[in-house]
Amino acid sequence: MLNKILEIHNLHISFKTFGGEVQAVRGVNLDLYEGETLAIVGESGCGKSVTASSIMRLIPTPPGQIKEGSILFKGQDMTKCSDKKMRGIRGVDISMIFQDPMTALNPTLTVGDQLTEGLRQHRRVTKKEADAQAVDMLNLVGIPNPDERMKQYPYQFSGGMRQRIVIAMALICEPELLIADEPTTALDVTIQAQILQLFNKIQKETGVSIILITHDLGVVAKVADRIAVMYAGKVVETGTRREIFYEPQHPYTKGLLHSVPRLDQKGEKLIPIDGTPPDLFSPPEGCPFTARCPAAMEVCSRIYPYSTVRSETHEVDCWLQDERAEKYSATIQS
Amino acid sequence: MVTYILKRLVYMIVTVFIIATLTFFLMNLIPGSPFNEERTTNAAVQQNLEEHYHLNEPLAVQYILYLKSIITLDFGPSIKQPTETVNSLLGRGFPISAELGIWTVLIALVSGVALGVFAALKHNHLIDYMAMTIAVLGISIPNFVLATMLIQQLAVQLEWLPAATWSSPAHMVLPVLALATGPMAIIARLTRSSMLETLTQDYIKTARAKGLSPYKVVVKHALKNALMPVVTIMGTLLAGILTGTFVIEKIFAIPGMGKYFVEGINQRDYPVIMGTTVFYSAFLVFMLFLVDIAYGFLDPRIKLHKEGGSS
Ligand SMILES: Nc1ncnc2c1ncn2[C@@H]1O[C@H](COP(=O)(O)OP(=O)(O)OP(=O)(O)O)[C@@H](O)[C@H]1O
Ligand code: SF4
Ligand SMILES: [Mg+2]
Repeated sequence: MLNKILEIHNLHISFKTFGGEVQAVRGVNLDLYEGETLAIVGESGCGKSVTASSIMRLIPTPPGQIKEGSILFKGQDMTKCSDKKMRGIRGVDISMIFQDPMTALNPTLTVGDQLTEGLRQHRRVTKKEADAQAVDMLNLVGIPNPDERMKQYPYQFSGGMRQRIVIAMALICEPELLIADEPTTALDVTIQAQILQLFNKIQKETGVSIILITHDLGVVAKVADRIAVMYAGKVVETGTRREIFYEPQHPYTKGLLHSVPRLDQKGEKLIPIDGTPPDLFSPPEGCPFTARCPAAMEVCSRIYPYSTVRSETHEVDCWLQDERAEKYSATIQS
Repeated sequence: MVTYILKRLVYMIVTVFIIATLTFFLMNLIPGSPFNEERTTNAAVQQNLEEHYHLNEPLAVQYILYLKSIITLDFGPSIKQPTETVNSLLGRGFPISAELGIWTVLIALVSGVALGVFAALKHNHLIDYMAMTIAVLGISIPNFVLATMLIQQLAVQLEWLPAATWSSPAHMVLPVLALATGPMAIIARLTRSSMLETLTQDYIKTARAKGLSPYKVVVKHALKNALMPVVTIMGTLLAGILTGTFVIEKIFAIPGMGKYFVEGINQRDYPVIMGTTVFYSAFLVFMLFLVDIAYGFLDPRIKLHKEGGSS
């Protein structure tokens, strides 16, 4: 197996608000290997963005705070390194792309300025060298006339173009890890496909590891090597794309897959998951999916299920994996 | 850019023309005239003046002559001060008023923006609360009240600073302070709220994710955007400061333009009223024009020029 570039252990993140403390992330474990694309999926509010932002310590503090756990990037704990060191990592070793390309660029600065400023901050380059590199990046992401485009302002570009610029900006210092938080959600479908192709192409050319956050399983099916399914601040199932799509184990994962239209299974009904995720101000002690789970058992609401390792890559947190569960369901049926 | 400026120039001339016309007719509606008061002017001057101004002619003729005086930029002699022309009064008063105004604007802008930025960066901390308390006080106390308080405390009681006139830098402190506090408070509050909003924007997150220093994030990425609302209200603030100079010059006995303007009105010195009004309005209109140009520099989406492509 390849080397781990990122290891997240038992990560807990809370936000202090007027209404109390929101436990947004509650013990997340995640690994990322060199050169792979890991997709994080899950409903809105399950903690995907918070987990991702915490890797570069970009959570607004206060109100946010990493309560517990470690984030090892190439063996170094991001939760403990100094602010200065963190700044040296941001944009250089790890880059992040945000959801909305319309707002991710500063409207008052030229595209060229925004592209090169990271390079000029972190690397000893002249303006000319930086510009040349920026033009190369714009070529790579498929922006025509890059020389002229450098002098223009974000408002002079369409949404898809802006997302390409944002990607170029994230890649200019050749990071080893690229975190993309819903990079295609704000774009229309044809542009989405182009941007996803671009991610594939870039990964092939640069070998960058990618964490892709999305709630679009169609996107996941296209680009992810492995998938982590999050629910209410926890990772409830991880597996390869095959394992998640063809052998989903967690009832929530199954629910997610059933709620997506599929071309290969015409006529099958779409089943949305009923109910809403639990309140993260006072999350339940047991499995957070209990209230919505069609297979919920008594133990589920009381004790959080331990993690069952099904294969080297496939892990799931669910009581159904326990052998006693079969006996239980057998007793119900009889 | 050139066409834009030319267009604005035409608007500016039209605006000043309308103001001048309104002033002329409003002034003639005020009962009385410079000559039917008890304090009569020297008879020789009076005759000269009546000839010079055709004060016995119909209003229309006077109006035409008045427009001519504006176009030639020669507002003629003062009626009440026979040795002075309006132009000489303006030439003497304007530099002083301008000095007062420039210091006021500078101090209000620099300290207002600084206060606002610090308050925003220390959101909900003690500094924030203190800055905003000062700001609320600054906004709610009228400048003439503040001026009297300052004179009373700092000049009369403590004798730290001179109370009036305009002869040394020390003399400028109190009037500038009195005039600048209000606009400074407004700028501080606006900068704070706009800065707070800007700091939550995605492009600030992007800038931080690039590993830029906090200074660069705040000054290069946030401040420029946060200042736009401030530039937008600068026009209004400038107008306020300009009218504020009348009051402040009067209170501190500063021999600026405001003094001649107020005296001119009290004495029905028509040429002085007309001259100062036209001058003030032209000046203000020009300042508003500069504000718009500055706005165009801050925000590239406002096109002052027709170049640059689209996507
Ligand atoms: N700045 C904040 N202050 C308070 N609560 C926050 C803050 N940011 C996130 N949260 C809370 O943390 C939880 C997780 O948010 P997060 O943004 O990670 O969700 P998400 O999975 O990315 O959802 P989405 O798909 O909508 O982007 C939410 O309940 C949210 O209310
Ligand atoms: S642990 Fe229980 S409630 Fe949770 S998903 Fe599994 S069966 Fe459903
Ligand atoms: Mg999110």
